Amino acid sequence: MRQPASVAATLERTDMSEEDEFELEPIEILELPLDAWHRDKGARMVEFAGYHMPIQYEGIMAEHIWTRDNAGLFDVSHMGQLMLTGDGVAEALEALVPGDISALQEGKMRYSLLLAEDGGVLDDMMITAVPMGLYVVVNGAVKWDDMGYLREYLPDEITINNMENRALFALQGPKAAEALKRVVPGVDALYFMEAGSFFWGPKTDPEPLWISRSGYTGEDGFEISVPAAHAQKLVDQLSAQPEVRPIGLGARDSLRLEAGLPLYGHDMNPDVDPVEGNVAFAISKRRRAEGGFAGAERILDALANGPARKLVGLSVDGKMPVREGAQIFAGEAQVGIITSGGFAPSLGAPIAMGYVDSAHNAAGTALEAEVRGKRVSVTVASLPFIPHHYHRKGGSI
Amino acid sequence: MTRFFTEDHEWIEVDGDTATVGITHYAQSQLGDIVFAEVPAAGATLKKGGDAAIVESVKAASDVYAPVSGTVIEGNDALEGDPALVNSDPEGEGWFFKLTLSDTSELDSLMNAAAYQAFVDGL
Repeated sequence: MRQPASVAATLERTDMSEEDEFELEPIEILELPLDAWHRDKGARMVEFAGYHMPIQYEGIMAEHIWTRDNAGLFDVSHMGQLMLTGDGVAEALEALVPGDISALQEGKMRYSLLLAEDGGVLDDMMITAVPMGLYVVVNGAVKWDDMGYLREYLPDEITINNMENRALFALQGPKAAEALKRVVPGVDALYFMEAGSFFWGPKTDPEPLWISRSGYTGEDGFEISVPAAHAQKLVDQLSAQPEVRPIGLGARDSLRLEAGLPLYGHDMNPDVDPVEGNVAFAISKRRRAEGGFAGAERILDALANGPARKLVGLSVDGKMPVREGAQIFAGEAQVGIITSGGFAPSLGAPIAMGYVDSAHNAAGTALEAEVRGKRVSVTVASLPFIPHHYHRKGGSI
Repeated sequence: MTRFFTEDHEWIEVDGDTATVGITHYAQSQLGDIVFAEVPAAGATLKKGGDAAIVESVKAASDVYAPVSGTVIEGNDALEGDPALVNSDPEGEGWFFKLTLSDTSELDSLMNAAAYQAFVDGL
């Protein structure tokens, strides 16, 4: 486990992730299209996924609470935006992901997983059916690996276009729709996990934006893909809305943890399969019956017989955070490890997620985590910690 | 009373052979929201440069080191219920512990306020 550093060393650490063997060490740290905009807004920048990125503006707690109550604007332009095209692209991709992609209707999206040959998770991703083919958003830290893997395993007639000239923003929170529809009329017609092209700007020279109703906070919200050349104008218009404030990576992490959403490279990695990773919902019914995806044997066996360990939520007694790398015990026996942990601003308490052996991972099981040589009581909790507030079609919310 | 500072961003206010220790305003501003602090118990023996306390922000845990050697007189129990005191009043109510110095000559290696300010300006 990572030991605390001195205050000085903590302040000098520019890399937000602790030790990320999934991140290739880039030769040069890249800048987001809006690097100067973030600095102008008072952001503290850190290195993440090979980019200088804003970790916070006014403070993680305030930004977190603002997003839960209003609308937070996140720059996630480090993520990979890929366009896969070519005849039979959905069927081809199904060899590497466990979702029913060929049944995906235009304008609908699915959470999915890029699988290694042994069924390990190489990345998690959002796949949307678009007129051209499939629009796929992947994690920034592994996007180059993803592209290499896709190129190696997809047939040559499938084209992979890395849309590097586009920026990506998320607008998240209960007032996101209210704010965004003022800037992009009609966008509130989307339901959760739907996407479409919307015109923005003067009627004489409108710019198409690709917008989905999705996100990574557990709140209602949108993700907006825009040509990098127009990013500043869009972000200026969005942040001029009274409901909207810019939010950094720090609050993005605490928001997603409360929402029980895994962070790739921490809560999932190539050693775990989707069933262990608690993302078996990404394995579509037809694919469960038919198999035919990378690692299907291992994954279908885990579905049928239960995984040996599973990613679960853990509520933590007291106020001391239990962080990534802390070992989990049932009595003397180590039965798991924490993969994400921190303070939950909306709950006012520490929370965590981690892998726990099957004999000890039922909700309500009392366990202990070890922090700096001391045992802390933790309890296996149902996820999410904070209810999701998605704008579902036909849903109650 | 004289206040000294370390390169690890601790302050120590000395009164004879006793002193109060905390982290600086600069440190708290850079760490961000403090959500947990663990202070040493009365009677604990501290060695200059050794671990003395823990401070945790939303993102990370950090060690607070003993600026000088000595024996803890008391830890600031108020931080247990209200760790945000470290943000709101780092060099006052947000102190971490008081101690009896075992070797006042160790103070010679610490910075005064002006030297610390110059050190921070250079970061």
